[in-house]
Amino acid sequence: MSILIKGGRIIDPANDIDDTLDLLSKDGKIAKIGKNLDATGATVIDASGKLVTPGLIDIHVHLRDPGYEYKEDIVSGTRSAAAGGFTSVACMPNTSPINDNKAVTLYIRNKAKEEGMVNVFPIGSISKGLKGETLSEMGDLKDAGCVALSDDGKPVCNGEIMRRALEYARPFDMVLVSHAEDLSLVGEGVMNDGFVATELGLKGIPWVAEDAATARDVMLAEFTGGRLHVAHVSTKGSVEIVRAAKKRGVKVTCEATPHHFILTEEAVRGYDTNAKMNPPLRTAEDVAAVRQGLADGTIDAIVTDHAPHHIDEKNVEFNVAMNGIVGLETSLPLSLRLVNEGVLTLKEMVAKMTCAPARILGIPRGSLEVGAPADVTVIDPDLSWTVEAAKLKSKSKNTPFDGWKMKGAAICTIVGGKVVYQR
Amino acid sequence: MSFRHKHILGTEQLSKEDIELILDTAESFKEINSREIKKVPTLRGKTIVNLFYEASTRTRTSFEIAGKRLSADTINMTASASSVTKGETLEDTAKNIEAMKPDIIVMRHSASGAPNYLAERISCSVINAGDGAHEHPSQALLDLLTIRQHKGKLAGLTVAIVGDISHSRVARSDLYAMTKMGMTVRLCGPGTMVPPGIEKLGAKVYTDMDEAITDADVVMMLRIQLERQGKTLLPTLREYARFYGLNPTRLALAKKDAIVMHPGPLNRGVEISSYVADGEQSVILDQVENGVAVRMALLYLVAGGEHAEV
Repeated sequence: MSILIKGGRIIDPANDIDDTLDLLSKDGKIAKIGKNLDATGATVIDASGKLVTPGLIDIHVHLRDPGYEYKEDIVSGTRSAAAGGFTSVACMPNTSPINDNKAVTLYIRNKAKEEGMVNVFPIGSISKGLKGETLSEMGDLKDAGCVALSDDGKPVCNGEIMRRALEYARPFDMVLVSHAEDLSLVGEGVMNDGFVATELGLKGIPWVAEDAATARDVMLAEFTGGRLHVAHVSTKGSVEIVRAAKKRGVKVTCEATPHHFILTEEAVRGYDTNAKMNPPLRTAEDVAAVRQGLADGTIDAIVTDHAPHHIDEKNVEFNVAMNGIVGLETSLPLSLRLVNEGVLTLKEMVAKMTCAPARILGIPRGSLEVGAPADVTVIDPDLSWTVEAAKLKSKSKNTPFDGWKMKGAAICTIVGGKVVYQR
Repeated sequence: MSFRHKHILGTEQLSKEDIELILDTAESFKEINSREIKKVPTLRGKTIVNLFYEASTRTRTSFEIAGKRLSADTINMTASASSVTKGETLEDTAKNIEAMKPDIIVMRHSASGAPNYLAERISCSVINAGDGAHEHPSQALLDLLTIRQHKGKLAGLTVAIVGDISHSRVARSDLYAMTKMGMTVRLCGPGTMVPPGIEKLGAKVYTDMDEAITDADVVMMLRIQLERQGKTLLPTLREYARFYGLNPTRLALAKKDAIVMHPGPLNRGVEISSYVADGEQSVILDQVENGVAVRMALLYLVAGGEHAEV
């Protein structure tokens, strides 16, 4: 089975390509890229006026499977990913049971292989049970197919555990994804600490809770020589800490989410629980710093932190609502805003959603080189559409972008040479 | 002059004219409270549910008396603000009460924004009787009525509010209402109890209590809520009383005719000494008395009462 994508603007940052070319996929692999390709029997996709990129990759997703299938499962989560243009996702281990052992990793991989729409790369936990007390069997997890380690949703509070985790993971060449948050400074906070929290009478989470934890983990990475990836940076200070660490040669990378470069704490007004996330939405100054970090390369990747929650977990008083939003189906148009607003070039944006995240986790994806798996996304950058939460493919509808007018969408998502989504 | 508000969720939503109307209406109800027969038929046939998710004696009693004096049927419901996983959700509780067709729900809840949540989901009126650290509008309005009664005016007066500003819904509601009425509001509290950005709401922030109350017309002390503030915000109550407590020596810094207020309940010897609380300048019990009149006014106005007869 072959697919010929004709006349699109191919943007493949991994191979430094930005040109109007045809792309032929055959037997699940990229077979050829060139001008005026012809292939008898191939399914032809007319991509003129469209962008053709390596399949998008999101390395920070909660698929909720096993255990919380009422929020999302591997089928619905990967369907949502495909609709958002993603061909690969890495899923966080805070499932039930927790992905701190080979059996859970294998369950995820098998279910994804049997029923999933896109590639799923499991992330195992740093500590057993996400308790931050003893290390997970990292070697076993790697053997089973985990591509990274994280206690996401919770920080590793104990400095020594984090130190030992970085040291122990080093020979396995596993990156540690740090959810950097000093819980003692978070306290009972439910939104960013500042003027809006003061007005709404809600307890605040200060920026220093993130900065202090980021600084510690960066220093531990420097001290141990281990590889650190800082998840969802949301503050000006975190961006600066990572920028300075990179200059010193520390093996650190980081990521940011669309909600942290699009929204501010103002979105919480009206006690909108879909504006409740962790880290919380911050100030305009932080948003500007995150954008600057993306522009100057401090922030390597764009991720969604796709966090599905059931309506019953959001339709409650603000202080008891769950943290997080779904993001897979809105990430691409929100990221394209950065291009339209001149923050990133198109190529930079594509890199942050393809080859850069692939490189961070060391997964063999994110490139259109001949012989690579035919994971391709066709994007209409001008398509105007309106987000309708009820129509999202995700099981959960917790998005603050409901009703937003968007420009740009994936119109065709191809995984391993198979069309998994078409708009 | 008409009153356009279906719900009273906070003083933030009220205009200067709204506040004047509420105070004037309350003034006219005060007389009823001193009659032999303290009851008028104004809200006969109306049902008011006092839905209290947080312990309250004074506010709940005050709302109940206010409703009864206007001849409304008042029902008290005390619920515990249970976690999401246990018990009934707030929405379900609200929908069930709504099905019994009340006209007004008066709500007290520990979660900031809970009355806003309720107002978005049900068809009857909602009056906020205090939500978390957000607002407590009827308290601010009774404060204004009390100040006006003693000072004859509001505009131009200086009020010093001292205590735990961060966790105080009274401070926020007072701040919104008082600045709208042309008053100067000074806020003072320990460094751990002054929330960020509060000056953007029009307050002047002081760290030294003596400075804060110097030449003030009104000194309002806030309750230190031991159960809420935990261990990290203060070293000891002894030290708190020393730096932020109101005693006769300190009160002498305020204007000679300054009045002393407190939303209650009092922690005698902590934020306020008994000499001051029971002294000549204290108007604390006037606040309680005015609370009934103000709540009558709110119930009356929210019930669309302008056309009803007083």
